[in-house]
Amino acid sequence: MEVLKLTTANFEETILKADKTAIVDFYADWCGPCKMQSPIIDKIAKEHDELVVGKLNVDDNGEIAVKYGVMSIPTLLIIKNGEIKKQFVGLTDESDILKEI
Amino acid sequence: MYDIIIIGAGPAGISAAIYAKRAGTNVLVLDNDNSELIKAHKIDNYYGFPEGISGSTLYDNGIQQAKNLEIDLKKEAVLNIKMNENMCYDVKTSDNIYTSDSVIFATGTKKAKPLIKGLNEFEGKGISYCAICDGFFYRKKDVVIIGDGDYALSEASDLVNIVNSITILTNGKEPGFENCNYKVDKRPITSINGDMKVEEIEFSDGSTLKTDGIFIAIGSAGASDFAKKMGIMTNNDNIKVNEHMETNIKGVYACGNITGGLLQVNKAVYEGAVAGLSAANYIKAKRKGA
Repeated sequence: MEVLKLTTANFEETILKADKTAIVDFYADWCGPCKMQSPIIDKIAKEHDELVVGKLNVDDNGEIAVKYGVMSIPTLLIIKNGEIKKQFVGLTDESDILKEI
Repeated sequence: MYDIIIIGAGPAGISAAIYAKRAGTNVLVLDNDNSELIKAHKIDNYYGFPEGISGSTLYDNGIQQAKNLEIDLKKEAVLNIKMNENMCYDVKTSDNIYTSDSVIFATGTKKAKPLIKGLNEFEGKGISYCAICDGFFYRKKDVVIIGDGDYALSEASDLVNIVNSITILTNGKEPGFENCNYKVDKRPITSINGDMKVEEIEFSDGSTLKTDGIFIAIGSAGASDFAKKMGIMTNNDNIKVNEHMETNIKGVYACGNITGGLLQVNKAVYEGAVAGLSAANYIKAKRKGA
């Protein structure tokens, strides 16, 4: 599946109310490690239709970052039934992410 | 402009330098004079020394061998590494900025994190290891930097225009810098307290300091610090490499103790040789393509 572009407006509908497990990548354009994280997230999205995968730009959607206590990027959240199952801080490998699904 | 900058002058770094230089590339070795090897009283298990050899002698011999090959060697600590718009690396030291096509990390491992209660618990919840990455989240807030040297000042310079205030906490150490524009507090730290995120720092005298964020920049920057900023994949503070000693970033290699596994001279020498050759091959391919 394609990676979803997440915003404050669509976050609840696409992630919290999703009937699948969701992965959210909090990033910013100026963040070096985020650029390395991005293709890993793209690959997971492409290869795992059973997941909802989205990226959230913290510059444009600060409220969501604050709400989830994200204070370091890249941060990844794995969310199931609206609840956070796992948080990764810093660049994270595909295998480490998939282990937590 | 260098082809390859090697950070670290222990067995891995010097071995990488020798192989890269002999492969016809232009090499700079940066040495912060802090090799673990120097501290080894006697090495009895390394090939070719029937009576054993002291770590410092082996280290000095390596440096001499590099000098005999006319490899550039400078005693400067690295503060920051950035990829520039030409896909080259700007390596900033305490004195200069050097540029290269490739970087090899042969830094060894950094001493363990200080034992401060709450340090691991609040990582990503008010504790950061990267000012340039996370400064944004602390706009107009009061932050502290735990550190005692030029690296702490370098992190401060990345924050100064973003945050409201910066205090440098040396955690009981004498600062390695003469004077600076920031408030410096030398008291030992016992714990980092907070509920969901960092709220205050507690000192050994029982008093506390309210803070919104803590940036860790202790001693000189280690490879895992650079890795976090550059987006190099790590595993428990070791840099992840493949059999060619390549990291996930093109042109960046790592060898020796920083890749984990056996913390031995022979393993560092082998990995250094591989990294040196891989980097030299990368340079040659880049020259052809250019």
